[in-house]
Amino acid sequence: MATHSENQYFVPTPSLYPVFMSVGILTLASGFIFSINNYNAGNWMMISGAALIVLMTFFWMGKVIAENQSGVYKHWEDKSFRWGMIAFICSEIAFFAAFFGALFYMRIISVPELAGFDPDFTMHKDFTDAWPSLGPGGDVIRYGGALETYAPPSNFSPMGAWGLPAINTLILLISGATITWAHWGLLKNNRKQLVLGMFLTVVLGIAFLLCQAYEYHHAYTDLGLTLGAGAYGSTFFMLTGFHGFHVTLGTIMLIVILLRCMKGHFTPDRHFGFEGVAWYWHFVDVVWLGLFIFVYWL
Amino acid sequence: MSYSATAHHDEHHDHPTGIMRWFTTTNHKDIGTMYLIFSLIMFMVGGFMILAVRAELFQPGMQLMQPEFYNQLIGVHALIMIFAALMPAATGFANWMLPLQLGAPDMALPRLNNWGFWLLPPAAILLTLPFALALIGIGDGAIATGWTFYAPLSTQGGIGVDFAIFAVHILGISSVMGSINVIVTIFNMRAPGMTLMKMPIFAWGWLITAFLLIATIPVLAGAVTMLLTDRHFGTHFFSAAGGGDPILFQHLFWFFGHPEVYIVLLPVWGFMPQILQTFSRKPMYGYKAQVYSLWAIGVLSLVVWAHHFFTVGMPIPALVYFMFSTMAISLPLAVLFFCWIATIWRGSMTFETPMLFAIGWIILFGIGGLTGLVLADVAADAQYHHTYFVVAHFHYTLFAGGIMGIMAGVYYWLPKMTGHMYSETLGKWHFWLTAISFNLTFIPQFFLGLAGMPRRIPDYALQFADFNAVSTVAAFVLGLAQLIFIYNVVQCARGGKKATDRVWEGAEGLEWTLPSPPPYHSFTVQPVIK
Repeated sequence: MATHSENQYFVPTPSLYPVFMSVGILTLASGFIFSINNYNAGNWMMISGAALIVLMTFFWMGKVIAENQSGVYKHWEDKSFRWGMIAFICSEIAFFAAFFGALFYMRIISVPELAGFDPDFTMHKDFTDAWPSLGPGGDVIRYGGALETYAPPSNFSPMGAWGLPAINTLILLISGATITWAHWGLLKNNRKQLVLGMFLTVVLGIAFLLCQAYEYHHAYTDLGLTLGAGAYGSTFFMLTGFHGFHVTLGTIMLIVILLRCMKGHFTPDRHFGFEGVAWYWHFVDVVWLGLFIFVYWL
Repeated sequence: MSYSATAHHDEHHDHPTGIMRWFTTTNHKDIGTMYLIFSLIMFMVGGFMILAVRAELFQPGMQLMQPEFYNQLIGVHALIMIFAALMPAATGFANWMLPLQLGAPDMALPRLNNWGFWLLPPAAILLTLPFALALIGIGDGAIATGWTFYAPLSTQGGIGVDFAIFAVHILGISSVMGSINVIVTIFNMRAPGMTLMKMPIFAWGWLITAFLLIATIPVLAGAVTMLLTDRHFGTHFFSAAGGGDPILFQHLFWFFGHPEVYIVLLPVWGFMPQILQTFSRKPMYGYKAQVYSLWAIGVLSLVVWAHHFFTVGMPIPALVYFMFSTMAISLPLAVLFFCWIATIWRGSMTFETPMLFAIGWIILFGIGGLTGLVLADVAADAQYHHTYFVVAHFHYTLFAGGIMGIMAGVYYWLPKMTGHMYSETLGKWHFWLTAISFNLTFIPQFFLGLAGMPRRIPDYALQFADFNAVSTVAAFVLGLAQLIFIYNVVQCARGGKKATDRVWEGAEGLEWTLPSPPPYHSFTVQPVIK
């Protein structure tokens, strides 16, 4: 595989990274299972599995960058990456759709139904159909058959939309603008604008995450809003939590791209790595708008 | 040109040999082979499990196992057969044949392709490990909820549910990676001049499968994630006490679960017309009609999910909508059946093993489709829900429609893959034993279901004894018949009569223009399609 003419597709050389990546995932997953089932060895498995995954991601992506820098990716390969990234982002949309679906189901179907029972046949006569809802309370059976009685937290108040969440919306929207500005810089071959735009985007991403961390702290300590706080708490934390996880990944990707920009990678006509991350960042941005409207605001 | 010195040479020049070849490979044929072998192994594992179940059901009363273990066996049997046998077999064919049929040098994302496969063994380990862990005192065995994970049963289950949740996660990542690869390969790797409407129909079947996987697998991942947090982290997605609803799980699960049926079947619908046309020596009938029908079925499958739980309690308009939308699927499916039959109509047919399986498949899968129409009827379903009628129905779709279809594909392409002809005599024995014993296994179950025998229960009333005994004996014959299949495949891989490039007299398509077996790097220069 020494030479590649334009009409020869680049097939990477055999690689051990995927196998080790899978071993890492197996170790992390089984460690997690043991850990949540109170086997302490699970914690060590989780740490080693996660370390292996991080290491393999580092090597694998490093290999991709090295291949790219050596010029083996031509127009044909570039198109593959574009299609691949689009398909991947579609699968991510479907993942968030599941949690939005759960939110809408609870708001439109299950909470009204629970509130609509004939008072003669329910123990929760004063449960009303209102959102945010913590549920009527009652017995819950957890794993292994453990019975617990759930009572909605009494000191609860929901997360308002127009404080920190509105600021976070602004932060993400501005970061969408700065990454586009950086892209313009790249297209004009203005490296200063590129690096500055990327740097600002990374800073805004980190600022968003710090705000989210503060918001979670505020929710747990002041609002009585916890993961266990009924339908509202479940959907609030799972939706914003998975979004925050994606922002974290996106920020790490942005940092890698920033470093590559500073090293002089990418040219005005060949920069899929940059664009792929930018697409991902816009996707995370759009999901946040959905969250802001349906979780925080309405 | 056949299995020549050049082919031999190029197997050694740019990749490791021995076990490392398989760990590190980025070659679509190597990866396809691994998928197919993995699928065959897991087919055997899942088969052994269900034979133990059938042995228990041989007569009323509890003989061999505890009910808890019985529940574990049926749940893991289904998860293995669907996720670890059928889906990997279809992906194996995609890997082997899509680049050959499209005139591509390889799959579009070869390293990702390798990862897609190597995620499967960890998932299989997670699915089966709880059985072994129970022996050393950790946990109480594998998932015992059936493959559907219904809450609240699954929120109460033991460590086996956690293992199954993560197995499904990993299988899901694997499927999504495989789908991304298929989509990119089909859009970007076709030979010059091969427009979408000139693609082999197998590529269409797989393209729609890949879209369905991208749209639904993440929803399943979301559903089992909610299950995990409900079990361990105090959320209330599926608990009414917190405002959630166990039925929400059924909606999320079947939003994935119904398209999953088509995910398993669409690849088969893709290559089956090619087999039918090959052995009828006639052009395929209604290529366009088939492509549009495949699309119609793919799209419709996303909006019919609630017919899996009509009896759970839904508003009447919802029942009516899901009944009619489900029945609407039978229209494009009828178009497909018409095209398949019209393809062989008045053809000069010969009945080699792939053709036998293909004809058998049309008939048996037809029964699966028609009994599905019975279950789609809300009023009838109230009677048949959760009975053996359902078991028989989905085995006609998934065993006859899925696995027998896959077997037709294996016999069809095995000479191309290995360069040798399989034993036609053994192939025919395999077909007839499979077809007859399959029917003897599941036709009694239709009657058991009509008579009201509930599924997933290890014991049953005395009046069901005779049919169950027949079903069990036939199931063991069915299981043993698969040993012929394995022997035949292994013998074919080891040697035998050399296969020609075209293998079958009527075979059409780019894969038949290459030597059998194809060189390690096929189509390094793409053919041009006129």
